[in-house]
Amino acid sequence: MVDYLLILVSTVLVNNFVLVQFLGLCPFMGVSSRLETAMGMSLATTFVLTLASLCSYLTYTYLLEPFGLEFLQTISFILVIAFVVQFTEMVVHKTSPLLHKVLGIFLPLITTNCAVLGVALLNIKKANGFIESILYGFGAAVGFSLVLVLFAAMRERIAVADVPAPFKGAAIAMISAGIMSLAFMGFTGLVAI
Amino acid sequence: MQTLYLAITILALLALVFGAILGYAAIRFKVDGDPIVNQIDNLLPQTQCGQCGHPGCKPYAQAIADGEAINRCPPGGETTIKALADLLGVDAIPLDAEHGTEAIRTIAYIREDECIGCTKCIQACPVDAILGAAKQMHTVITAECTGCDLCLEPCPVDCIDMLPVEVTPVSWHWQQPTNLIATSQAPRSHGASGNE
Repeated sequence: MVDYLLILVSTVLVNNFVLVQFLGLCPFMGVSSRLETAMGMSLATTFVLTLASLCSYLTYTYLLEPFGLEFLQTISFILVIAFVVQFTEMVVHKTSPLLHKVLGIFLPLITTNCAVLGVALLNIKKANGFIESILYGFGAAVGFSLVLVLFAAMRERIAVADVPAPFKGAAIAMISAGIMSLAFMGFTGLVAI
Repeated sequence: MQTLYLAITILALLALVFGAILGYAAIRFKVDGDPIVNQIDNLLPQTQCGQCGHPGCKPYAQAIADGEAINRCPPGGETTIKALADLLGVDAIPLDAEHGTEAIRTIAYIREDECIGCTKCIQACPVDAILGAAKQMHTVITAECTGCDLCLEPCPVDCIDMLPVEVTPVSWHWQQPTNLIATSQAPRSHGASGNE
């Protein structure tokens, strides 16, 4: 039980995928200009990431490993992720057209979110079990969501602040992302995993 | 060599299974039409006036769904723009003056003794709110009229007026309080506000 909790704390705070491991930076910068969009993106990514880490674990353990085909892991994980994203898009389009409209191009782009592939590959590298894999994916997604929502809220404040002209727009966003990353470094040493 | 065949078989199998599931999902979760267009259409005022540059409200709703600006509907005015912005998750922008300005709601009124019964306004009306026949006097069904001004142009004797909608006991409602926030109140000249 403590192990599972540690995995969650580790992925959400200490080894945060965006600010410490620098994975998934594209949606982090791209979708964070509005808070509502950021929340929608967080939800979609959480769903996809958890499901993708589960599916890729199953694919690896029950399909690739028995046949000694571990070298196929990258290509088959990409296949799995693309499938999960496509499936999610269809379901979201049917059940919540509004969310589909808000997410727009970013929903299919989760396919190329490197955090998703990163989680799948790290699961194998760390030899995580079934539940550990799901928790690892879920924790990574929660960490991603946390950072994305915090950053979007910050950018909404910055948008109305009096920023010096050379720093306006993307520049100040990059700088604040850097400062945020520094702040997350403070969590290092909280848990040793 | 055997590993190669095995690898190809496994990958093909994986792709086949995923393809089958996706194909089934495409049928199971098929979306009829674009539901977002209907939602946008419900927010538009349905005057069918064409001031946005589209032949009616539904085509404009389709255009908004395809990415057109939301500020081209003068009859709807600021209220419609705000509702659209909320629905689509974009920022509300001021009304585009190029397509007209927001006016008070009016309905058409035909001065009936001047009407020559030419039926031209009947053909122009997008909502069939004008009643009449050739060489017969026409009149406007006030409940149907959207105040789009489209019947003014074709009338050869200029007998149509746009009159502001009268307030009836049914349509009257309380005036919204505008200065609830302290800072939006005009500074008082007599200092009547006492101990502030």
